[in-house]
Amino acid sequence: MIEAVGLTKRYGAKTAVYNLSFQVRPGAVTGFLGPNGAGKSTTMRMILGLDQPTEGHVTISGRPYRQLPNAPRQVGALLDAKAVHGGRSARSHLLSLAQLSGIPARRVDEVLGVVGLQEVAKKRSKGFSLGMGQRLGIAAALLGDPQVLLFDEPVNGLDPEGILWVRNLMKQLAAEGRTVFVSSHLMSEMALTADHLIVIGRGQLLSDMSVKDFISHNSADFARVRTPQTEPQQREKLSAALTEAGGQVMSEPDGALRVTGLPLPQISDLAHSADVRLWELSPHQASLEEAYMRMTQGAVDYRSTADQKSGLMQQPPMGYLPPQQQIPEVPQQGWYAPPPPQPGQNPYAGGAPVAPAAAPQMPPTAAPADLTKPEDAR
Amino acid sequence: MTTPYQQQAPYQPQGGPAAAYSSPIPVRDAHLGDALASEWTKIRSVRSTMWTLGVMIVLMVGLGVLSAVVVSAADADLEGQSVLSLGFFGVLLGSICVITLGVLTIASEYGTGMIRTTLTACPSRARVLTAKAVVFFLLVFTLTTVITAIVGGLQTLIVDQGSSTGEDWFRATVGIALYVATLGLLSLAVGTLIRHSAGAITVMIGVVLLPLVLAMFMFSESLRDLQQALFEYSIPNQIGVLYDTAVTESGPAGWDPLWIMLGVTAVALAGAYASLNTRDV
Repeated sequence: MIEAVGLTKRYGAKTAVYNLSFQVRPGAVTGFLGPNGAGKSTTMRMILGLDQPTEGHVTISGRPYRQLPNAPRQVGALLDAKAVHGGRSARSHLLSLAQLSGIPARRVDEVLGVVGLQEVAKKRSKGFSLGMGQRLGIAAALLGDPQVLLFDEPVNGLDPEGILWVRNLMKQLAAEGRTVFVSSHLMSEMALTADHLIVIGRGQLLSDMSVKDFISHNSADFARVRTPQTEPQQREKLSAALTEAGGQVMSEPDGALRVTGLPLPQISDLAHSADVRLWELSPHQASLEEAYMRMTQGAVDYRSTADQKSGLMQQPPMGYLPPQQQIPEVPQQGWYAPPPPQPGQNPYAGGAPVAPAAAPQMPPTAAPADLTKPEDAR
Repeated sequence: MTTPYQQQAPYQPQGGPAAAYSSPIPVRDAHLGDALASEWTKIRSVRSTMWTLGVMIVLMVGLGVLSAVVVSAADADLEGQSVLSLGFFGVLLGSICVITLGVLTIASEYGTGMIRTTLTACPSRARVLTAKAVVFFLLVFTLTTVITAIVGGLQTLIVDQGSSTGEDWFRATVGIALYVATLGLLSLAVGTLIRHSAGAITVMIGVVLLPLVLAMFMFSESLRDLQQALFEYSIPNQIGVLYDTAVTESGPAGWDPLWIMLGVTAVALAGAYASLNTRDV
C-alpha cells in the first residue's frame, strides 16, 4: 500500500508536483498516467525517498521509504533502464544489488532466468538494446521478491513479445497480492494492463478511479449521421427534427452530424418521417485514448507544432501567384474530438470547460452558410 | 488480447483485495558487511578499476626502477639520503591514478544514474558511502604498500649506496601507502560533493599540482611568505617529506603530512556525508 498525502515538489520556481494525494492498493495493477513532464517520475522518486518532497509526505506500508526496515525486500523499483554502469556485466550488476540488500546470490540467476537474460548475463550492459535494458531493470526490481513494485515506463523499447510478457507479469504480480504501480503515457497500454488509473497533468491529480469507471465515464456512444451532400437543406431539416426529439446534434468538419442522446432506430425513424434520405447512420464510441487526450490536453507541457520551413522555402518567381488553396471554414474544434455533449456525464467538465466550449455550437442564423462550405470544397 | 499463445500462467482476476504477499525467501537485516561485499563486487567488475590501478603499478614500478638505474649508471651521490626516496616520482604520478579511481568510485554512479538504483536498494546513504570509502581505502592501501615494498627492494638491489633504516622502510611503504590512500579518500569525498567525474578529477589534480606551480611563479618579494607556505604544504612536497627529501627546511616534518591529509580528508568526508544525506539524487 502506497499512500501520498499533499505531495508537493518544487524545483526553484517550477512546481513539478502539486498537492498530490492518492493511494495505491495491493492486489491490483495501478496505472499512473500523464503526459511528458507531468511529474510521474518525480512522484516515483519521492515514493522511493530519492527526492525529498517540498511539502506533504508519502509512505509505503505506513512508513517513509527511508525508514522502512529491509526496504529492498519490501519494495522493488524500475526507475530508468539506463541507470546501470555500462561497463558492468548484467550479472555483476544484479549481484552487487543482491549483496547490498542481503539477498542470497543464487537469486540473481533466478531473476536472470525470469527476464530471459541468461545468455547475455556475462556481457557488459553497455551493448544492451533498450529492451534488454528494461529487462535488466525489471530483474533488479524483482530481485528482493518484494510486495510493492514500482515500474516507470516498463514497456519502453520492448518488442511486442516483451510488451505482452510485461503485461502478463504485472497482472500475475498483482494477482499474488502485491501492490503494482506502473507509470506510462500510453492510455491504450494501461487500458489493457491496469485495474485502477491515476491520471496527473502538470503535477496535479486529474483523475483517480478504476478503469471500469473511467471507461463508463468517458466513452459515451454517439451516432454519425450523413445526409446527401447535394442537398444541404435536408441536413438542416434533419438537424431540427433531431433536436426537437431531444437529441443533441453537432456538426463534424466533413459535413456529417454527430448525434447523441438518441438511439439509432429512432434517428432513422425521425429521418424517415421528416422525409430525409440518409447516406450514413453508424454507431461510434469515443476511445479511451481520446478521453485521456481530452482530459490532459490542457495539461500538456510540450506540444508539437507544424513544421513551417518558412525560412527555407524558395521564393516563387515574381508575378506568379501560387494557386490559393481553398480551405473550407471548418468549425474550430479542440485538438481532439469534443466530448459527447452531455454535461452531467463528463466528470472533468468543471476542470476543463475548454472542451465543451470549443464544440461547434452553431448559431442557427449562421448555420446554413457554415454548413454548406465543407461541401463546396469538394 | 487475441494472442494465440501464453507464456505466463493465465491471469486469474481475484475478487476483493488479496492477502498481502509475503516472500518465501528468508528476510534478514542487511548491514555494513553486505554493503562492503556489494562495493567490492562493484569495484572489481568495471574495467576502469583495472586500467587506473594497472597504470598506477606501471608508473610506480617503472619510474622507481628507472630512477634507480639512472642513479646507479651515473654513479651519482645520494648525499646520505635513503635509496628508497627514489620512489618519489613514481608515487607522485601514480597518485593521479588513485585520484581518478577515487572520484570514479562514486561519481560514475552519478554519471550513469546507478546511484538511484543503489540508494533504492540501500536507503541508508551513510552506509553506502562508508562501504565505498572502506573498500576503496583498503584496496589502494594494500596495493600501494605491496608495490612500494617491491620497488624499494629492487632499488636497494640496483643502487649499492644510501642504506635505509627500519623507519625509512616503514615510512616509504606503509607511510606512503597511507598518504596516497587518504588522498584517494579525499578524491572520493570531492567526487561525492561535485557528483561529476571530469569536474572532480580536475579539481583534485588542481589541488595536487596548482600550489607548486603557483609558487614557482611568485617572484614578488611581498609574496615571499605565501610562496614559502605554498611550497611547504604542496602535496608533492609533503610526499617528499615522508621520504625525507623535502625541498624546504622548515614546514611539515616527519609524519606531519599524513596528519594534515587525514584532517583535510575528515572535513571533506563529513561534508560528503551531510550532502549525500540531504540532497536529492
